[in-house]
Amino acid sequence: MSEVLVVIDHVDGEVKKPTYELLTIAKRIGEPSAVFFGSPEQGDAVAEKVKKYGAAKVYVIDDAQIKGFLVAPKAEALQQLAEKSSPAAILLPSSFENKEVAGRLAIKLGSGLITDAVDVQEGGVTTQSVFAGNYTVQAKVTQGTPIITVKPNSAAPEESEGAGTVEAFAATISDVAKTAQIVATQPRQSTGRPELTEAAIVVSGGRGTGGNFEPVEGFADSIGAAVGASRAAVDSGWMPHAFQVGQTGKTVSPQLYVANGISGAIQHRAGMQTSKTIVAVNKDPEAPIFELVDFGVVGDLHTVLPAATEKVKERKG
Amino acid sequence: MNIVVCVKYVPDATADRKFEDDFTVDRVGVDGLLSELDEYAVEQALQFREKREGEEITVTALTVGPEKAVDAVRKSLQMGADSGVHVLDDAIAGSDYIATSLVLAKAIEKIKADAGVDLVICGMASTDASGSVVPAMLAERLGMPQVTLASVIESQGDQVRIKRDNEGSTEVIGATLPIVLSVTDQSGEARYPSFKGIMAAKKKPLETYSLADLGVDSGEVGLAVAWSQVEDTTERPPRTAGEIVTDEDGSGAGALVDFLASKKFI
Ligand SMILES: Cc1cc2nc3c(=O)[nH]c(=O)nc-3n(C[C@H](O)[C@H](O)[C@H](O)COP(=O)(O)OP(=O)(O)OC[C@H]3O[C@@H](n4cnc5c(N)ncnc54)[C@H](O)[C@@H]3O)c2cc1C
Ligand SMILES: Nc1ncnc2c1ncn2[C@@H]1O[C@H](COP(=O)(O)O)[C@@H](O)[C@H]1O
Repeated sequence: MSEVLVVIDHVDGEVKKPTYELLTIAKRIGEPSAVFFGSPEQGDAVAEKVKKYGAAKVYVIDDAQIKGFLVAPKAEALQQLAEKSSPAAILLPSSFENKEVAGRLAIKLGSGLITDAVDVQEGGVTTQSVFAGNYTVQAKVTQGTPIITVKPNSAAPEESEGAGTVEAFAATISDVAKTAQIVATQPRQSTGRPELTEAAIVVSGGRGTGGNFEPVEGFADSIGAAVGASRAAVDSGWMPHAFQVGQTGKTVSPQLYVANGISGAIQHRAGMQTSKTIVAVNKDPEAPIFELVDFGVVGDLHTVLPAATEKVKERKG
Repeated sequence: MNIVVCVKYVPDATADRKFEDDFTVDRVGVDGLLSELDEYAVEQALQFREKREGEEITVTALTVGPEKAVDAVRKSLQMGADSGVHVLDDAIAGSDYIATSLVLAKAIEKIKADAGVDLVICGMASTDASGSVVPAMLAERLGMPQVTLASVIESQGDQVRIKRDNEGSTEVIGATLPIVLSVTDQSGEARYPSFKGIMAAKKKPLETYSLADLGVDSGEVGLAVAWSQVEDTTERPPRTAGEIVTDEDGSGAGALVDFLASKKFI
């Protein structure tokens, strides 16, 4: 069976959930091999984790030459790995950065590229959600090695033991790939809440919060949710851009999305319309967000959310 | 210094976007316009010119697309770009990212051969395909540093520094011109064309190139050779109308929590 390369999503060796989703998907196409860009010292610990989801091999690519530069070195390393291992497909978690890696890799390998898949079936047929979630598209790469970026929450991770054989891969990074330098990095402070794109529940606030996100955050915490925001709330400086849901922010596809004081503009919908269950609190009964909801409350979020938070706490005892 | 801004003509996101029978995006039946996200790219090009007083800087707006796509270039000229280039060729229809980036790169190389190119500016994504991959592909093809998803842009001499939001961090990226830059909608509101700008645009040079002008073989692009093929498109069934309650004397919170509990979210 051919290998399928899966690029591991991690922060400092801490493997993130989309990796396991991708390994699960990879098994439908071939035998998953995980690719770890990071510190070689962390390779064994990472391999222990990914082998539980079926990784047969774990390629460890020392990122000392890579992490100081934007995107191009990663694409080069993957090209070299692909030329060596002739994989049946290459899967990457869909982030802006990985999409760019995938784009460059596609040119290098002369391969077709599919971005933002929400499902990949046997034979490499992908499903994408397009036009702000109004259409789904089935597509397939027809030339070269299929390169597919897959959105978080596209599969339920399934455990299955793989060999998890660690193999160091020495990539040669050219000087042209080192021309966009990362001069400084400032890690974002953790909020202690679930990661927006991975969370099972997202509670968002918009312009209707009037800048007071306490009711939104309080309710989110009561049900263990991540917090999101509309662009209006971000543009007003109420929330950092990293929390923005929508076309130019994050795409989320949680089990439950609760929109508070958000009108439901097409660009916002683009980032949340594939959520399984949608709930909204908005004081305007005509707000377009109500066209999407499974359940809606016409009311003021500043009274509805704190009261709901209390009720959740009562139930939980 | 010469700046090329890549601007895409896209179907209006607020209109009823759909697909043709061959699964390509309907670019004729739906009103189109300059992609809103590329307005930010035009804006940054103009600001680049304005901030660097005393230098001679020209901004060329470049589009690849059907006949109507020239509107995207016209709007850019109205905003303040100096000249426009439209790559128009029937063979391009249905091109995917790989072919589109090839045609754009060849057009940029032609502009470069004629007048030099120091900076290529793109939007962060096209509002129809929203791949966010073309700028990276252009950097790959042109062999220029890739400086993408900028929210703040600073330059001095041939040095450019940007700020960008990454998944878990904020980064500062530095590179030396010539570069491919892409900018986000955080980079600053795009200007509206002024009446004067609209009048002036009519007299600005606007060239049309065919694939032959760029030395691209028509067999390298288009739907038939796309590196990926769409097999089917399905309109999402409308969501079944949900239950809407009106909050009266605190009833809303109770109903909301009951609903969430019934779905096992609590
Ligand atoms: C190119 C482009 C990209 C964009 N990308 C994004 C994106 O990624 N994400 C995004 O969100 N937007 C995006 N937008 C902006 C989008 O078009 C909308 O402007 C934005 O989503 C509106 O945010 P909002 O719903 O919070 O604000 P509004 O549209 O102003 O809605 C506020 C809502 O709050 C309700 N409200 C007010 N007070 C209360 C109260 N006390 N209690 C309950 N409800 C209340 C109002 O009835 C109203 O429905 C983009 C726009 C463009 C042009
Ligand atoms: N057909 C096109 N003509 C001109 N520019 C384009 C075209 N397609 C993509 N671009 C540029 O590439 C950016 C990203 O596009 P995409 O990768 O399709 O999301 C856009 O914001 C444009 O700046």
